[in-house]
Amino acid sequence: MDYLTYFIIVPLLTVFGIVLCKNDKQVKWTAVIGMSIQLILAAALVFMYLAERKAGNMAEFLFYHDYMWYPALNIRYTIGVDGISVAMVALTSVIIFTGIFASWEVTNLHKEFFISLILLATGVFGFFICVDLFTMFLFYELAVIPMYLLIGIWGTGPKEYSAMKLTLMLMGGSALLLVGLIGLYFNSAPGGGALTFNLIEISKVQIPMEAQRFLFPMTFVGFGILGALFPLHTWSPDGHSSAPTAVSMLHAGVLLKLGRYGAFRVAMFLMPEAAHELGWIFLILTTISVVYGAFGAIQQKDLKYINAYSSVSHCGLVLFALLMMNKTAMDGAIMQMVSHGIMTALFFALIGMIYGRTHTRIIDEMGGLMRVIPFLGVAYVIAGLASLGLPGFSGFVAEMTIFVGSWQHVDTFHRVATIIACSSIVITAVYILRVIGILLLGPVRFDWYNQLTDARWYEKLSVGFLIVCIAGIGIAPLWLSNMIGDSLVPVVEKLNMISFIR
Amino acid sequence: MRLEDFLLMRHEMLLTLMVVIVLIMEIFMDDRHKRCIRPWTIGLFAAVTIIGFLPAPTGTLFGGMFQTSGMHLMMKNILNIGALIVFIQAAQWLKLDSNHNKISEFYILILSTLIGMNFMISSGDFLMFYLGLELASIPIAALAAYDTFSNKSSEAGIKFIFSSALSSGIMLYGLSMIYGTTGSVYFDQVGSVYTGTPLQVLAFIFFFAGMAFKISMVPFHLWTADVYEGAPVNVTSYLSVVSKGAAVFIFSIILVTVFRVIAPLWQNVIWVISVLTMTIGNLFAIRQNNIKRFLAFSSISQAGFILLGVIGGSTLGMASVVYYVLVYIFSNLGAFGVVAAISTATGGKENISDYDGLYKTNPGLSWTLTLALFSLAGIPPVAGFFGKFFLFTAVAEQGYYALLTIAVLNTIVSLYYYLLVVKAMFINKSDHPIAYFKSDGFTKLGLAICIAGLVVIGFASPIFEFIKSLSFGL
Repeated sequence: MDYLTYFIIVPLLTVFGIVLCKNDKQVKWTAVIGMSIQLILAAALVFMYLAERKAGNMAEFLFYHDYMWYPALNIRYTIGVDGISVAMVALTSVIIFTGIFASWEVTNLHKEFFISLILLATGVFGFFICVDLFTMFLFYELAVIPMYLLIGIWGTGPKEYSAMKLTLMLMGGSALLLVGLIGLYFNSAPGGGALTFNLIEISKVQIPMEAQRFLFPMTFVGFGILGALFPLHTWSPDGHSSAPTAVSMLHAGVLLKLGRYGAFRVAMFLMPEAAHELGWIFLILTTISVVYGAFGAIQQKDLKYINAYSSVSHCGLVLFALLMMNKTAMDGAIMQMVSHGIMTALFFALIGMIYGRTHTRIIDEMGGLMRVIPFLGVAYVIAGLASLGLPGFSGFVAEMTIFVGSWQHVDTFHRVATIIACSSIVITAVYILRVIGILLLGPVRFDWYNQLTDARWYEKLSVGFLIVCIAGIGIAPLWLSNMIGDSLVPVVEKLNMISFIR
Repeated sequence: MRLEDFLLMRHEMLLTLMVVIVLIMEIFMDDRHKRCIRPWTIGLFAAVTIIGFLPAPTGTLFGGMFQTSGMHLMMKNILNIGALIVFIQAAQWLKLDSNHNKISEFYILILSTLIGMNFMISSGDFLMFYLGLELASIPIAALAAYDTFSNKSSEAGIKFIFSSALSSGIMLYGLSMIYGTTGSVYFDQVGSVYTGTPLQVLAFIFFFAGMAFKISMVPFHLWTADVYEGAPVNVTSYLSVVSKGAAVFIFSIILVTVFRVIAPLWQNVIWVISVLTMTIGNLFAIRQNNIKRFLAFSSISQAGFILLGVIGGSTLGMASVVYYVLVYIFSNLGAFGVVAAISTATGGKENISDYDGLYKTNPGLSWTLTLALFSLAGIPPVAGFFGKFFLFTAVAEQGYYALLTIAVLNTIVSLYYYLLVVKAMFINKSDHPIAYFKSDGFTKLGLAICIAGLVVIGFASPIFEFIKSLSFGL
C-alpha cells in the first residue's frame, strides 16, 4: 500500500468505526483519534516531501503511483503530490482536526454529523492527492454532497434554502467541469495515441486552440463557482452563515481553496494558451470579487456574513494572483490559500463559540465580550489582525508577495487592477476593526453576560492550535514558500513559454 | 437443424419451463399453502438467473429469425436480474390477504412478458420482433390492473392497453412500409437493401414513434405517469425498469444494424428527442407530490439520458447504455423497493409529504432511498455516477458537446428534485411521521441486493469492461 492512499483509508476507517460506536462520547473520540492519525500522517508527509526534495528528487510529482481502473477508457487511480498539494493536504488535516473539537457540542444525531463531516473531508483529501482527472472529479463530487445534509440538518437560520442553493450551485459548477474534463480527455491525444485523463500526460501535449477556447471557460468557471468567483459567489455567504461551525470552517478554509487549486491545476496548467487569451476577463471578475467582497463585509451585521464576504474578498485575491501568471504572485497565491484557510477557520470557530454563548451573531446586540470571555476575545483580535495583514502573521507574508508579484506587470491594465485590489487592504482594516470595537470592547452589554464561561478545554485546543499555525507561518514562511516555489516552476515555465512565442 | 441448436434459446426455454411449473403449483396446491408459491418461485427463478450466466453457444436459428450473441445474452441476464429483484420485493405485498388468490398470476404474467422481451431482443427479423414486443406488453396491462378493487388500477390497465395498441399499430404500419419497399423483414437483408428513400424514411419514423411509446420518450410519454401511478407499486417498478430496459436494448440494436444507412437522420432525431425527454421529464418531476408519479417523471428523464448512449451508435455508446440500464435497475428498484415497503406497511401512503421525518423512525429505509436517489442523480460513490459518466463520455466521443452541456445541466435539475425527497426524510419535521415498522425478510433481501449492487458495480471495473468487450456499433 502506498503512503498517499492512507489519506483516504484512514477517514473511511474512522467513518466505519463511528458507525459501530454506541454513544456520543465514543463517536467523538473515534473521530478525534482518526483525525489525529490523519494529522500525524500529514505532518509526516510534509517532512518526507521536504526530505525527498533535499535528496535531489526533482520529479514533478512525488510518491507517484499509478493503478489501472477502467482499461477501456484508460481511467486510472493515479496519485502523487507536489509542494502545492502537500500544503493543501496539511491545511485540510489541520482544519478537520480542529473542526472536530469545534463541533464538540453538536446537539442531535452525533453519529450522522461526524460521519458526514469526515466523508466530506475524505472527498477533499482524495481530490488533493489525485493526478487523474476522473478520480479528481469523483472526489470533488463526494465532497459536495454531504454538505447538503450537514447544512440542512445541523445548520441555523434559513438552512434549507441555503443548503439547497449551495448544493445546486456547486453541482452546477461540477456540471460545467464535467464537460470540461471530458473535453480535455478527448483532446488529450491530438496526434493520435491513447486518450488519457492523466494530468501530467495532458500537460505535455498541446491541446488545439479551438478546443481550449471552449474548455478553458468551462473548467475555470466550474472550479470558479466553488471558489466563489464573482458573480457566482452568492451561495457562499448564505451557505457559510447557515452551516454549523465545523462545516463553515472546512468550507471556507478548504473547499474554497479546492476551487482555486482546481482552477490553477486543471484550467491554467493544462490550457496555458487560453489562460493567456481569456485571462483578462477573469482578472476583471476577480478584481471585482476582491473589492466587492470587502465592501460587502462592511455592510453586514451578522458575524458569519461578515466573515463569508471577507472570504470572498480574500479568496478573490488568490485567483487574482494566479491570473497574474508570474512566479512571485503565484507563490503568494498559494501562501494566501494556506494562510487564509487557517485564518478563516479560526474566525468561524470563534464565531461558533461566541454564538454558542450569546445566542446571537448580530454585532450590534453584543458588546464588551473581552471582559467576560477574555480567551475568545483575544483570539478574535489575533484572527482579525492576521486577517488585515499584520506583519508577523501569515496573512502579511501572503498579501505582500501577491502585490509584489502583480506589480511586476508594467502594462496599464494590470497596474490598475493591482491598485484597485490593493485598496481592499484598507477596507479590510475597516470592517475588522469595526467588529472588534463593537463586539469586544466597550461596556458589557447585558448583565447576564457576566455569567458566561470562557473557552473550555476543547475550544482552547482548537483555537490555540490554529493560532500556532498562523503565527508559525508568519514567523517562518520560508520552508512553505520554498516548498510551493519549487512546484510552481514547471507551471510558470509552461505559462511563460507561451508568452515568449507570441 | 439439430436438437442441440435449441440450446441457443436457453433463456426462453427456461422461462417457459418456469411458467409451466408455476402453473402446476397453482393447480395442485390447496388454498392454505398458496403462499408457499412465493419462495419456490423466487428460488427457481434465482436458479434460472444464475444458469443464464453460464457460458452458452451463440448463433442463429430458424433461418435468421432468432439470433443470439454475447451481447444478447448479457442483455437477457440483466433483465433477469431486474425481474428477480422485483419478485423478491413483491413477496411481502403478495402475502396481503387481498392478493392471496392471485399470487401465481403475478408470477406467470411477469414471466411471460420476460419471455416476450427475450424473444424481442434476440429477434433477427421484424416479425419475431413484433411478436416479442406484443408478448412483452399485453400481459403488462393485466398486471397494471392487478388491484381488482381499485378504480385507479383498472384505469391504468385500460390506459396502458390503449396506448400500447395505438403504438403497436403505428409501428406495424411502419414495418409494412419497410417490407413493401425492401421486400424483406429480415434485419440483415433489410439493412443491405435499405437506402433511405422518402417512404423508407417515413417507415423509420413510424417505427421510431412506436418505440418511443415503449421507452416513454417525450412527446410520446403521456401514458407513463397515469399508468405508473395507478398500477400497484411492484408492477410499476417492473414496468419502469425491466420493460423500459428491454425496449432500449432492441431499439439500439435495430438502429445500428437495420437503419445504419440513415444514421445522420436518426442521430438528429434522437438529439432533439433526448433533449425534450430529459428537460420535460425533469420539469414535471419537480411538481409532483405522489412519489410514484414523481418516479414516473424521473424515469422519463432517465430515458432521455439513456438516449445519450444510443445517439452515437458507437461501441462505447452501446456499452454505456447496457451498463447504465444495469445500474438503473439497481437504483430504480432500490427506490421503488422502499416505496413499496412503505406503501405495503402503511396501507398506501404514497405522497412525498408522508415521508416527512422518516429518518427519525425508519433510518434504514431512509438511507436506502437516499442512496438509490443519489444513484439516479449520478452522485458518487454509488454506481449511477459511473453510469452517467460513461453515457456522457459516449456522447462527447461523437462530438455532441452542446447536447452534453444540456444533459449535464439537466442533471442539476434532477438533483434538485431528488434532494427534495431527501429533504423530506432527513430535514422536514412532521407531527405524524410514518411509524417504525419491520419489513419481512424478502423485502430486506431485495433492498440489500440493490444496495450491494449500487456500491459494487461502480467500483468493479471488470463489469463495464466485459460489457464493452461484447458490444458493437455502426
